[in-house]
Amino acid sequence: MIEVKDLKKSFDDKEVLKGITTTYEAGKTNLIIGQSGSGKTVMLKTLLGVHIPDSGQILFDGRDFATLDPNEKRTLRTEMGMVFQGSALFDSMNVEENIGFPLKMFTKKSNAEIRDRVQEVIDRVKLIDANKKMPSEISGGMQKRVAIARAIVNNPKYLFCDEPNSGLDPKTSIVIDELIQEITHEYNITTVINTHDMNSVLQIGEHICFLKDGKLVWEGNSEEIMKTDNEDIVDFVYSSELLKEIRRFHTGKK
Amino acid sequence: MIKMLANIGKYFIMLGEIFRRPTKWRIMRNLIFKEIDELIIGSLGIVAFLSFFIGAVVTIQTALNLNNPIIPKYLIGFTARQSIILEFSPTFVSIIMAGRMGSYITSSIGTMRVTEQIDALEVMGINPLNYLVFPKLIASITYPFVIALSMFIGIFGGYIAGSLGGYLAAEEFVKGLQDDFIPFHIVYAFIKTAVFGFILATVPSFYGYYMEGGALEVGKASTKSFVWTSIAIIICNYILTQMLLA
Repeated sequence: MIEVKDLKKSFDDKEVLKGITTTYEAGKTNLIIGQSGSGKTVMLKTLLGVHIPDSGQILFDGRDFATLDPNEKRTLRTEMGMVFQGSALFDSMNVEENIGFPLKMFTKKSNAEIRDRVQEVIDRVKLIDANKKMPSEISGGMQKRVAIARAIVNNPKYLFCDEPNSGLDPKTSIVIDELIQEITHEYNITTVINTHDMNSVLQIGEHICFLKDGKLVWEGNSEEIMKTDNEDIVDFVYSSELLKEIRRFHTGKK
Repeated sequence: MIKMLANIGKYFIMLGEIFRRPTKWRIMRNLIFKEIDELIIGSLGIVAFLSFFIGAVVTIQTALNLNNPIIPKYLIGFTARQSIILEFSPTFVSIIMAGRMGSYITSSIGTMRVTEQIDALEVMGINPLNYLVFPKLIASITYPFVIALSMFIGIFGGYIAGSLGGYLAAEEFVKGLQDDFIPFHIVYAFIKTAVFGFILATVPSFYGYYMEGGALEVGKASTKSFVWTSIAIIICNYILTQMLLA
């Protein structure tokens, strides 16, 4: 579980996060949504420890990242997995090496043990015939699977995904969303996903935080988001005619 | 000016960061061998090619300009040796390497920055500067071997061009090579080479690591890196020459 308490972050004179308080529970897909410039990337990077908050607390199962000593911080980092928007696979390594990299770096496992674990997660994310391929030789969807496999190979407690289906076709996006949700439930991971993909919101949004101008203006799940009358949410979620029509069909509201 | 001073400060801070939170040895060892292969072994071909022909040209040019019968022919070998050992191999090969090695380093690290691979390392709790730059720095320790090879091949090129071109007898060229030889010149050349190797590994890394933007900026960073690496080499060359030979 990740508890965020009155989180504030500014760059120069611009306040980007204005006192955000929320809780991301384990075993749930927690989504951060909002328009570009709403502060969701800064929020994710602050959760990851890339940005230091100006004030407020981020508690990882009760541990405040800011007050941990360097060794404890390192341990906490090994409990985190991250799926980047562009996958961020190391292009000098093949698929197997990319996935096994965190194990090589942070565990004392033998090469054989690493190989076994890598194969286990490769099977889990359903990567077929890609073990020896370089990232440039596989499709965007497969790259995302490799990124997910690399993020979960070291059994993380916390999984962060930055726009995990950006650049993917709608069908592959759904597959990737479902994979993240399955993994979250299966391993009881606290997953935080930064997205503005409405399919993801409706498909896997078990806990959704809507940010606007650095403030948390709405929280709920994918069912509640369909019914809410919050104007900001309605503006954001039903931005296309197709979605507006779906809303009319389901709720009778304009 | 202020930006330049800020960059110099940032560069020295980066140098300190390279040695913090070291990467596991079993991974670092492989990275070092990989960098030696990419940066040093991979440069041998072009260095050998350039050195041979520049050595040959220096010899021919000297021979054509020393046409006074009073000046002994063996001075052609002497001049070729001095030019190659003192300046061509350590300094000019290093500037060429700023293009070859430097561009490779800046573009590879810059591409990692653009594609979030450096962020991925940071998020994993790895010190990206140690992981990326330290192996290059260690690989640069072997850089003097490249320059030693360049010296040898450059002089060999001069020998071939001088003797086969009919400018002087092979024995005269060898006599010139041995004439008034000061062993400290070799020490001086290798001190310079070690410093240039350090510059070649760190300045391009700096430009790659701190670049911002996309693919276009990677290209711009490579160009900037070449310019500043060359400037740093030229300035250090002057300072070291003043300190060691004057």
